[in-house]
Amino acid sequence: MTYTLEGRTGPWEIVVGLEVHAQVTSNAKLFSGAATEFGAAPNSQVSLVDAGFPGMLPVINRECVAQAVRTGLGLKAQVNLWSRFDRKNYFYADLPQGYQISQYAHPIIGTGAIEIELGDGTVKTIGITRLHLEQDAGKSLHDQHPTKSFIDLNRSGVALMEIVSEPDMRSPEEAGAYLSKLRQILRYLGTCDGNMDEGSMRADVNVSVRKPGEGYRTRCEVKNVNSIRFVMQAVEAEARRQIEVWEEGGTVEQETRLFDTGRGVTRSMRSKEDAHDYRYFPDPDLPPLVIEQSWVDQLKASLPELPDERRARYVAMGLTPYDAHVLTLEKETAAYFETVAKGRDAKVAANWVTGDLFAAINRLKTSIAAPPVPAEHLGQLLDLLADKTLSGTLAKTVFEAMIETGKSPGAIVQERGLRQVTDTGAIDRMVAQVLEANADKVAEYKAGKEKLFGFFVGQVMKAMQGKGNPALVNEAVKRALG
Amino acid sequence: MSLDTATIRRIASLARIRLEEEEVGRMQAELNGILGWIEQLQSVDTEGVEPMAGGGAVSLRMREDVVTDGGIPEQVLANAPDREGEYFGVPKVVE
Amino acid sequence: MHPTDFTLRGAIEALNEGLVTSVELTEAHLRAIEALNPRLNAFTTVTAEQALAQAKASDARRKEGIAGPLEGVPLAIKDLFCTAGVRTTAGSRILGNFIPPYESTVTANLLRDGAVFLGKVNLDEFAMGSSNTTSAFGPVENPWSRANDPDTRLVPGGSSGGSAAAVAARLALGATATDTGGSIRQPAAFCGIAGIKPTYGRCSRYGIVAFASSLDQAGPVARTVEDCAILLRSMAGFDPKDSTSAEVPVPDFAAACARGVKGLRIGVPKEYRLDGMPAEIEALWQQGLDWLRAEGAETVEISLPHTKYALPTYYIVAPAEASSNLARYDGVRFGLRVAEKGSDLKDLYERTRAAGFGAEVRRRIMIGTYVLSAGYYDAYYLKAQKVRALIKRDFDEAFGKVDAIVTPATPSAAFGMDEKQDDPVTMYLNDVFTVPANLAGLPGLAVPAGLDAQGLPLGLQVLGRAFDEETVFAVGTAIEKAAGFDALPRLRAGAV
Repeated sequence: MTYTLEGRTGPWEIVVGLEVHAQVTSNAKLFSGAATEFGAAPNSQVSLVDAGFPGMLPVINRECVAQAVRTGLGLKAQVNLWSRFDRKNYFYADLPQGYQISQYAHPIIGTGAIEIELGDGTVKTIGITRLHLEQDAGKSLHDQHPTKSFIDLNRSGVALMEIVSEPDMRSPEEAGAYLSKLRQILRYLGTCDGNMDEGSMRADVNVSVRKPGEGYRTRCEVKNVNSIRFVMQAVEAEARRQIEVWEEGGTVEQETRLFDTGRGVTRSMRSKEDAHDYRYFPDPDLPPLVIEQSWVDQLKASLPELPDERRARYVAMGLTPYDAHVLTLEKETAAYFETVAKGRDAKVAANWVTGDLFAAINRLKTSIAAPPVPAEHLGQLLDLLADKTLSGTLAKTVFEAMIETGKSPGAIVQERGLRQVTDTGAIDRMVAQVLEANADKVAEYKAGKEKLFGFFVGQVMKAMQGKGNPALVNEAVKRALG
Repeated sequence: MSLDTATIRRIASLARIRLEEEEVGRMQAELNGILGWIEQLQSVDTEGVEPMAGGGAVSLRMREDVVTDGGIPEQVLANAPDREGEYFGVPKVVE
Repeated sequence: MHPTDFTLRGAIEALNEGLVTSVELTEAHLRAIEALNPRLNAFTTVTAEQALAQAKASDARRKEGIAGPLEGVPLAIKDLFCTAGVRTTAGSRILGNFIPPYESTVTANLLRDGAVFLGKVNLDEFAMGSSNTTSAFGPVENPWSRANDPDTRLVPGGSSGGSAAAVAARLALGATATDTGGSIRQPAAFCGIAGIKPTYGRCSRYGIVAFASSLDQAGPVARTVEDCAILLRSMAGFDPKDSTSAEVPVPDFAAACARGVKGLRIGVPKEYRLDGMPAEIEALWQQGLDWLRAEGAETVEISLPHTKYALPTYYIVAPAEASSNLARYDGVRFGLRVAEKGSDLKDLYERTRAAGFGAEVRRRIMIGTYVLSAGYYDAYYLKAQKVRALIKRDFDEAFGKVDAIVTPATPSAAFGMDEKQDDPVTMYLNDVFTVPANLAGLPGLAVPAGLDAQGLPLGLQVLGRAFDEETVFAVGTAIEKAAGFDALPRLRAGAV
């Protein structure tokens, strides 16, 4: 079913393409040795190269190139062994050199694809047009002074990957799914931390609308949207605006717009005096970027497992597709799960992680990055369950105690004497006591009221403070009642 | 190709160089003189020739991903015409 | 012998033998600067105190038995090289009172080898010019003058006019210079000294204010070819801070000077025989070839068919790169800022850049911006890149047949300060013989070879294969020896 928005004149389709700027995870900047850490004091992570001082020259960081190649491989994309840096010329207060070094004509990564899964379970392929390396600009602060803007160049020169999609998305949901999937892949690869709050990932959203069956109409670019939710909102808001323009008999002008998150609408950016004319040309300070196929192969061999592959492996391990999906959404969750499941029953491990652990995380408002119990401890708990030291009920009690105390399940079992009773002699003695104390109920049972069986089991467990092995207790009761 | 005054003004604006009204005509004449002279290049047969961008090296040398620079805000800011504390100051930019 | 009369090599020997100290040499040059610079305007900044401190330290090192290859030698530094703690202007208003906190690699190499810096020398603004008349710090005067017209002040050539004038007038033993289209060789020829633009990538560009990155190369000017060889060995070398720096060993260039030219094949490009070229330049060229033949070289006529397109190609490529390289001068982080009350950012940029850049720089930025702009890129910039490839191919083919190429250095001797100023293109034609080497990235040396009828120096140019400066030095030295050039400029230390 194609998603449409209903206008006065009938249904409209949405066409969406995304340009995502993802900050490359690296210690130093793309062309200088200054640090990339977030949140440093203003202008403290700036080299004179980043500040565009006279005579300063760029030298490329190998790791940034490696990260771009890894990302390209993760996107199943063409890796170009020959690429080149161009200058994109424009003046702006936070662009010290008066140009951005980018890859315009010859990007390092060519076409690739991402598979996204939608709410109804369908899978759709979104084309990747290209990925290129470029440098970030600095930051302008407009709220520090009544008549001035302040410039901080800490971000200036930080490596970005611009990842451009084909206009293959047809709904806000698809745009959201694409961005989360891309983020997931980058985080798995370790090439971008995906931290949208800190600006490590920003999306420029290209939106147009059309009547079903038409070709493309004019698109507008909504700049710098910094969350998945806002991307979805911006797509819908911009599509509705364009539908209204067309239906009023107007024409959508190709332009750059901003998403006003407060009001949930897009607005035109103050029109630039000059039509953009970036005067791209090859950066004469930088010879072409030529990489060896053998290096690409080496990077490929050391690539971590990607979410799609990992999910398939989990299903093969016996997990439900749903659990496999949930466990692979964040790579930290998958890592946690793998630690718990290692050498153990994967399904039981999955149930504990998606059940009790997730519930505890929600309740305690924490995250998988700071889990309420370490994965090793949860694994040990599963061992105690498997060797029947603990019953399921006892295990939940121990799990809560683990959260409270931070201690290992073994220590808790030891301290509190929570060990499950499997001594059949002791169980038989307790069963005898319970039956004796409830002689009337035993008579009723024998007269045919068989549902009292559960009552006897419950009483025995209660008398044993929950420590009786449920299966053994069941058997003992059955035997005693003859 | 001969540049008109509108083009001269557009180029000056792109280059962020203020051109006073009385300067436009002279700049136009000079630029057209130079461009007219450059025009002779059009007669060179460059069919199938690969453009030559740079001087020397055929490929980029890559450096290691190590922090070796930065931490010098005083040097960065020392020459600023308008220093505002830890920042550079410019007239307020409205987006 | 007056300390300013030493050649650089002679000064090193005198220092080694204890006949003179660095302090004495430095003081003599500072006195000469004091006496002559008000007239010549070769220096924009004289760092007398620093120079004397460096000289003292150098003499102390020498006493300790430590002496670098340039230990104690006073030099002048083109004001395009950033020097830590010393104002660097690029001959422009726009850099204001810019004091770089860093040292260019080339000047750092010279300091490493023991050199003493007398100060910064004048140049055409951002190295854009062939007469040193575009400097915001006023024109430099050529220390030479016409025999029959001594009152007409002549240009020293450009852009390294301050470097060439200072060395010719004996205000320094040598100087750093840069060459984007002839800015070392043309002023060297105009001032009767030697100068070499080495192969692109031989000297690091780190810390040199950029004009056109794919063409800019640093090199020395000095009074002899051998002095240039000594200086270049210190200046050159691989620099990881410049991605275009060549990772090749630096040979002993001075040793190559004495190689001789026996058996060398010398190319004589027929396209360099220009219509209307003064007969005395043509004659000097033939004379130079005769000298080389007499020394055992063979001369071979060659063809460089795209020579005539080199200048128009250059005047697309260089301004295009410059328009981008000079975008950083915007009044935000350093240098001049000009704004009115209420100026917005764009107005600030436009006023700053209009006031900060001189007419020639503004013209070139405009040309460069235009040739890169949408719709014109293919017709101008891309076309120029292709012709550049053809010019390089011409040289590649020629150097398959010959070991070096010899041409005139300039199409004329030094001209008057008021001449050739009306039309930019007339000025650009000065670089007709020098520009091709920049486009192809090849080494080129200017060597003084004779005087014209007015008594003004004329130079020959020696071009070589990439990274074969050694052959260039050998050929240059042979010409220098045969020419026995010993004429002196009227304005020079000790003569006034």
